Amino acid sequence: MATLIPRRMRGLASLAEALLTPHGADRYLELVDPMLVRRELRGRVVAVRRQTPDSVTFRVRPSRAWRGFRAGQYVRLQVEIDGVRRTRCYSPCEAEHSGELEFTVKADPSGLVSRHLQETTGVGTVVGLSPADGEFTLPSPRPSRIVLISGGSGITPVLAMARTLVAERHPGEIVFLQYSNSGSDALYREELAALAAEHPGLRVIHAYTHARTGGDLHGLFSEAHLERAAPWFREAQTFVCGPPPLMSAVSDLYGREGLSEHLHTEEFTAAPLTFDTTAAEGRVRFARSGRECDNTGKPLLEQAEDVGLTPEHGCRMGICFSCTQLKTAGRVRNARTGEVTGEENEEIQLCISVPVGDVEIDA
Amino acid sequence: MTGTQRLTPEQVEDFGRDLDALRQRIVDNLGEEDVTYLRNLIKTQRALEVTGRGLLFAGFLPPAWLAGVATLSLAKILDNMEIGHNVMHGQYDWTHIPELGSQRFEWDNVAPAENWRHSHNYIHHTFTNVLGKDRDIGYGILRMDPAQKWHPYYLGNPLYATLLAILFEWGVMLHDLEVERVVQGERSWAENVPVLKKIVRKAAQQIGKDYVLFPLLTGPLAPLTLLGNASANLVRNLWAFAIIFCGHFPADVESFTEEEAENETRGQWYLRQILGSANISGSPLFHVLSGNLSHQIEHHLFPDLPARRYPQIAGEVREICERYGLPYHTGPLRKQLWSVAKKIVRLALPGQGPAPDATVDPDRQLRAA
Repeated sequence: MATLIPRRMRGLASLAEALLTPHGADRYLELVDPMLVRRELRGRVVAVRRQTPDSVTFRVRPSRAWRGFRAGQYVRLQVEIDGVRRTRCYSPCEAEHSGELEFTVKADPSGLVSRHLQETTGVGTVVGLSPADGEFTLPSPRPSRIVLISGGSGITPVLAMARTLVAERHPGEIVFLQYSNSGSDALYREELAALAAEHPGLRVIHAYTHARTGGDLHGLFSEAHLERAAPWFREAQTFVCGPPPLMSAVSDLYGREGLSEHLHTEEFTAAPLTFDTTAAEGRVRFARSGRECDNTGKPLLEQAEDVGLTPEHGCRMGICFSCTQLKTAGRVRNARTGEVTGEENEEIQLCISVPVGDVEIDA
Repeated sequence: MTGTQRLTPEQVEDFGRDLDALRQRIVDNLGEEDVTYLRNLIKTQRALEVTGRGLLFAGFLPPAWLAGVATLSLAKILDNMEIGHNVMHGQYDWTHIPELGSQRFEWDNVAPAENWRHSHNYIHHTFTNVLGKDRDIGYGILRMDPAQKWHPYYLGNPLYATLLAILFEWGVMLHDLEVERVVQGERSWAENVPVLKKIVRKAAQQIGKDYVLFPLLTGPLAPLTLLGNASANLVRNLWAFAIIFCGHFPADVESFTEEEAENETRGQWYLRQILGSANISGSPLFHVLSGNLSHQIEHHLFPDLPARRYPQIAGEVREICERYGLPYHTGPLRKQLWSVAKKIVRLALPGQGPAPDATVDPDRQLRAA
């Protein structure tokens, strides 16, 4: 009987879909309540607080289709600003398998979406969500020694890891090294203190980059900092997320030590990409739409937009993979790594791929 | 004498730049208001549809049946015209909202969106009124332009037009198969397989909903519901046919040869769109119900701008036309319909208009070189 009921429900649902063709049930349900949609993921904000003047922390209850996430993964959050839907990646920062999602967003003064979220998010706000994605996750089984390093709002995926490890009663040692400008910028200070109090294996170390006092450590990331925080870091797995200078400082150190294998990174804000538009040559063809243009040396996403196409995209900096499309011919250079690839039928990210000569995209 | 003769090449380019500037002003101004307008329209359409379907459950009462047909007809008209046609043109693609995007939208019509986007958005809007290219001239069935060579088959012009009006959604659906091009050997049946697959699937869904499932749900009222749904489809068909035929086929609207449309500049392309389209004057409600195709001229100039903007810019487009001495075809629905009807009847007979070999007036210079 228990299995019959869902089957009958499914029958009813497909009858409803047939009756409501071509638009489908969601397009009617959402007019009653945006959260009733069955196929799309949406979330309603159920709690909001502002830990620092330039950030916002909010909890989101996802719609039925939500399938959970793993600590460290990110979700594509969608909001509408002036009629345009904008997509950005944010990492939920509570323990895995929580029924709700918590996000902390730091407003970038020049950031459209982060500022919008910081200024307007309130209880009841509905946002679009994607399934969780990303490879920046804790391995299973868990390493016994773990170093978590974060800077600014890069704390979110790392905090999810710490909370997950505490919830799992991780038996080993965990050090959480968090960088903030000063005490007033430190996100989740109290939560981290409570977490450390709850779990004897966890130590939280606050490093302030701009303040000379008040922290456990001061100044920018250095080997000395790491030695102080986790003298055993060479035997640990390290997870780091933060602004580009912190990421590269950590990567350099681990590279010098021959420990790159032990380092796991997630970039939130990519370093600005530069494009040489003077030496560009060849033609760019978007096969499905039949549009064509001379290669301008800009990323393919911009070239597509310049010829009037509107490919799906998100971060525009190579992080979220929303703009991934099939390249059917030609070579492209990855603007982040400099790597040139020329394989046939290769999936590429339009926002960071620059054509090298003639290129054809299946878009 | 046509308007094209009066412009020098420089004037054509100035004219193009004026229109580009107008377009840019609107693009810069797109925003939340446009999305709110469309969303409200969709809400209205959904409410009308649910109400119409609901009323037909009480279809044994003649007033309820009539009201049901009326509301369902309105819902289908809004769905096809101001919502479907416009969304599928990509007028809201800039919002990046998937359900308002051209690639995902599907309309309440047996013609599958994907096929239609090719035949309409691409073929018709690129080759507007170019004989031999624009397959919307007479839909491959009718003689709608004196330059189309007469054949005894065209004696049936008025009959075919009547049938097309009644069965319009099926006509639009079959239009995508480009049968006349297959017959002439310009297109293979293999090319039609994917098109046909989509047609079969879409038509099955539409028939299933309107002629099977909803009638069955009303039990003993099934025949009445079926009749009601068929009537709503018919009303929508007649309306869409009328609006669309008034957009390109009244007297005075010009057609072009393939040579004339070759290697056009932006200004020349704009010029062809204006000379090949006609507006219908009317009230704001009439414009909404026509999907703003009553502003066919503005639509053909800027097919990807949200249609609600057309009434706002119509005055300026007309003023630009006057400034360059170009015609701006417009008139009330009855006048345009009468003009189209006369043309359908007149062109059923041979010898109306210039002889086929003299279709291009050698003095007419679209390019005004």
